[in-house]
Amino acid sequence: MTFGITPSQTVGPYFAYGLTPNGKYDWKDTFGNNLVTADAAGERIRIEGRIFDGDGAPITDSMLEIWQADAQGRYASPADPRPRNSTFQGFGRTGTDAEGRFSFETIKPGSVPGPDDTPQAPHILVGVFARGMLRQSYTRIYFDDEPGNAADPILALVPADRRGTLVAAKSVQNGHPVYTFDIRMQGDTETVFFEI
Amino acid sequence: MTFFFPTQSLSAFPPRLSPGYKSTPKRCPTKPLILMKHTLSELTGPVYGQDAVQPGDEDLTRQHAGEPLGERIIVHGRVLDEDGRPVPNALVEIWQANACGRYIHVVDQHPAPLDPNFTGAGRSKTDENGHYKFITVKPGAYPWGNHPNAWRPAHIHFSMFGHSFVSRLVTQMYFPGDPLFQYDPIFNSVTDENARNRMVSSFDLENTVPEWALAYRFDIVLRGRNQTPMES
Ligand SMILES: [Fe+2]
Repeated sequence: MTFGITPSQTVGPYFAYGLTPNGKYDWKDTFGNNLVTADAAGERIRIEGRIFDGDGAPITDSMLEIWQADAQGRYASPADPRPRNSTFQGFGRTGTDAEGRFSFETIKPGSVPGPDDTPQAPHILVGVFARGMLRQSYTRIYFDDEPGNAADPILALVPADRRGTLVAAKSVQNGHPVYTFDIRMQGDTETVFFEI
Repeated sequence: MTFFFPTQSLSAFPPRLSPGYKSTPKRCPTKPLILMKHTLSELTGPVYGQDAVQPGDEDLTRQHAGEPLGERIIVHGRVLDEDGRPVPNALVEIWQANACGRYIHVVDQHPAPLDPNFTGAGRSKTDENGHYKFITVKPGAYPWGNHPNAWRPAHIHFSMFGHSFVSRLVTQMYFPGDPLFQYDPIFNSVTDENARNRMVSSFDLENTVPEWALAYRFDIVLRGRNQTPMES
């Protein structure tokens, strides 16, 4: 017998005090936007961007969650049996601010096994939640300095003229690598979302 | 145990574009979503440390100096997967309006009183049988600007993690027999009646504590099925 799943409903406009209090409410965060642990190997990076609606207006009340492998491409999950060597958890959560901005401090993930033993280029999964979104939308962050992107089996599923929406652009700010990744829900440069 | 996550199960979810809910048209993707087979990235999901939930986090009536006003209730149930197996150690986060229908969130300007003894946030972890339990007060209905005289049925927001990143679920728990159901475009965004009713808790006399609190039961089913032995 199969049980029907519980339907999704919007996170609504008022989730912040429960899910992303971030010092503004009398409640502690379960997760934050800094994923770095002292023992995590790999390159420390910042990911930052903004999220926009169909009018090009910033979405100021959204929540983003990210899920990623460590620098060796291993997930901190029972479903990934490979042993890990750090306490890096690979999960982060943040709200967006009055300009629709978000950021994460993390480490750059390694290449991850893909379908039919094809490696996937380094990437991060993103779940997007907001008022007006009855269910989360899923996208992926790739990195523009990764030569493996050209052979990535998931990017290959995406029409070539839309792939760029999944690739974060590297810059160096105060000697620190920063990748910029904007999310556009609609429009000519609408971000690619996946049905997973 | 190896799990898989049929995308057909997502037919129970509301469509992303649901024009009756006026915030959806400008916030939903309009280009086709890319279909893909799940990779290790989708099949894995976060675990959280033992300190993610502290003792008392599940009791929303004991977070301040005094007790909140309103009808004290117990909300409990099980988190299951699509095979009906319990999901143990699942993180369940909730947030809700107070008994007057007012959220503590700074943006909520509904002219109903805040309660200094109620924040409205809680979290719990399921036990080995997938069971969770909260103590809270029954939230009030509240107005919103979607259409003239729009009111949300009383609800508690729920957020859950399951076997993988794709079993992540944010939903709302409703109360049985709410007269506002038929007018609410968020509730009715779920077009299948059976699926819609899975968001409605049931009154649970058996777990009511005499002379103390009524109980409501809300079981949650997350995506995830066990691979058959043949496939593993
Ligand atoms: Fe609400």
